[in-house]
Amino acid sequence: MRWIIQHGRLIDPAQNLDTVTDLYIADGRIVGHGNQPDGFLAEQTIDAKGKIVIPGLIDLSVRLREPGQEHKGTIASETRAAAAGGITTLCIPPDTKPIIETPAVAELITRHANDAGFARVLPLGALTAGLKGEHLAEMALLSQQGKCVAVSNACRPISQTRVMRRAMEYAASCGLPVFLHADDRSLSQGGCAHEGVVSTRLGLPGVPEAAETVAVARELMLIEQTGVRAHFCHLSAAHSVQMIARAKHDGLPITMGVTPHHLYLTEMDIGFFNSQCHVLPPLRTQRDQEGLRTGLSNGCISVICSDHQPHDADAKLAPFADTEPGISGLETLLPLALRLVKDGVVSLMDMVAKLTCEPARILNLPDSGTLAIGARADICIFDPEQHWTVVPEQLVSAGKNTPFGGWELTGKVTHTLLEGKLVYTLR
Amino acid sequence: MMNRNLQFDAEGRLRHFIDIEGLSRLVLTEILDIAENFATVGTQQVKKVPLLRGKTIVNLFFEPSTRTRTTFELAAKRLSADVQNINISTSSTSKGESLLDMLRNLEAMQCDMFIVRHNQSGAAHFIAEHVAPHISVINAGDGWHAHPTQAMLDAFTIRRHKPDLTDLRVAIVGDIKHSRVARSEIHALNTLGVPEVRVIGPQTLIPPEAANLGVHIYHSLEQGLQDVDVVIMLRLQRERMEGALLPSEHEYFTRYGLTESKLALAKPDAIVMHPGPINRGVEIDSAVADGPQSVILEQVTNGIAVRMAVMSLVLGRAPQGEDGS
Repeated sequence: MRWIIQHGRLIDPAQNLDTVTDLYIADGRIVGHGNQPDGFLAEQTIDAKGKIVIPGLIDLSVRLREPGQEHKGTIASETRAAAAGGITTLCIPPDTKPIIETPAVAELITRHANDAGFARVLPLGALTAGLKGEHLAEMALLSQQGKCVAVSNACRPISQTRVMRRAMEYAASCGLPVFLHADDRSLSQGGCAHEGVVSTRLGLPGVPEAAETVAVARELMLIEQTGVRAHFCHLSAAHSVQMIARAKHDGLPITMGVTPHHLYLTEMDIGFFNSQCHVLPPLRTQRDQEGLRTGLSNGCISVICSDHQPHDADAKLAPFADTEPGISGLETLLPLALRLVKDGVVSLMDMVAKLTCEPARILNLPDSGTLAIGARADICIFDPEQHWTVVPEQLVSAGKNTPFGGWELTGKVTHTLLEGKLVYTLR
Repeated sequence: MMNRNLQFDAEGRLRHFIDIEGLSRLVLTEILDIAENFATVGTQQVKKVPLLRGKTIVNLFFEPSTRTRTTFELAAKRLSADVQNINISTSSTSKGESLLDMLRNLEAMQCDMFIVRHNQSGAAHFIAEHVAPHISVINAGDGWHAHPTQAMLDAFTIRRHKPDLTDLRVAIVGDIKHSRVARSEIHALNTLGVPEVRVIGPQTLIPPEAANLGVHIYHSLEQGLQDVDVVIMLRLQRERMEGALLPSEHEYFTRYGLTESKLALAKPDAIVMHPGPINRGVEIDSAVADGPQSVILEQVTNGIAVRMAVMSLVLGRAPQGEDGS
């Protein structure tokens, strides 16, 4: 299929490109911008006048719930939601059931995703066998046969420092980046909200800031020793960001990510036990939120991810601590990120980078996250002026669990192309 | 939606009693005043008033309790309501039926009020949020969050001994962190105008940001007890030794156990309270618990009148209410 996307404002941080022009696509690849390539005959045209055309978003942390928890969501339902959010590539942590610790599970997931055809799904392989934190997983096989792009222990702790050290060493020798969820479980165990003013008022078991910072400190020392490339997913505390930024400045091969909910909500939003605000790591203080925003502004935090965790309605219908943590975030990722631009936290160019070329760089995908000629034609087109209200029931995702219900957002995805195939159009 | 205080109905009448937080001094004083009216019922030959005749009240206890459940039951019976006790071990709900399913079933039995105790903070709030509109919910203790009727009966007991609450120093001693009683008491005392509420305990048992609740924090019992009018001792759960929160009961008693000599640091007419059950020799010496300044058993008696007041107020049948007789 050959496409021409006309009159759109192309923004591609990978090429430092921001210009209104036409974009040409053929055979799933980008073949030109500006002047029509010789002999190009478009079969389809999209009029992107007044719209912004960016590379399809790359989301480094998305739970699809399949295999294992199909009552919460399926690969088909959640990749469809991803397409509606302009996301064309997503990484799924290995804590599926069964766990992604064999190439077979990884292949199953990518095959189902290919069958569904809404987004490219890249599995993250297990770092330790059964995610138990005791023995190493077959990382090389997961990478070579299962096409896993990185390894991770998801949110499960590796309490033995020796195992974490060996796992990092081994991953480094396989050339695989490690995705880390910084959490010292002995400090966070049983907690369901930031240990602070609100947990004290509501009598909720707390997750202290130290649960994250202590883990970050340990991982940083081990990264320094092992030389592994590491990505800290969804950080919650300002101190963590400062520590990692310092280490990054000293030359460690590390990156960090943050979610929109940690940038927009704080512990205060729990109010009277609002279970939609039950997330891990927990929503922390105003100061932490400012620290995360600062990290985003000064470039220390290079990635924004949704940390999408769809749930069935029952999962959030219980006393707060008994509810399951997580937010359905695919469809609010881009509009909330756009709001950061409006709030003056980041420039539009930098914001797009944190959703496209920066995550592509972490995954070492040179032909993704860019509109460069020859790149995959994964495209997100959005109307930057369209106002809409988040209505949880109207989300495409099977998970209607969002704390942003009722929020007025600006910016709506109108078209998503996956390798030159139209996978979403706004009706 | 989440910010609306769901304890009140659209007309601003108290419909549920979940949490002291968010209730005005006027409401709290009204409860105390109604309780005064009920305090004599228990001493009458016929210990009953017909205010809640025909009402069905369910004691829904997900956590074991003797004193609270019994006093709620007595209170309901003295108001002529029908009472059903349902004791559910939390483990059985987590295995099968969800809390919401269980609620729907109980609603189908046409009750008027649930009295709920649950080991999770926010459980009573959750139930009140989802219950059918004609049912009232009273919180009989949820996790570490709130135990509002206990706070009210404590305030009632204090007021009987020290009528001017605005001239008092109150100290709450022990495991504040895990105590729903402490949280509700702090809110109640602050709302009722007590100028100085102190909490006393080791840092491991004081929640972070506790000062935000409106208390002064002391780590020394000797300093904290100076010149106080009321000493409220909290029960120390044995589990606290296991979580590396305390070294031993012996050390705890040495530092925080209320003995006669430590009590002497408080005002001479200070009263000693305890929500029960008491651990003699752990948080309180028998000589103090049974001593002349102790009002611990009075608290139990007052619990019935206060719970009668709350139930009748919430069901719109308080003696001064429009349906009152």
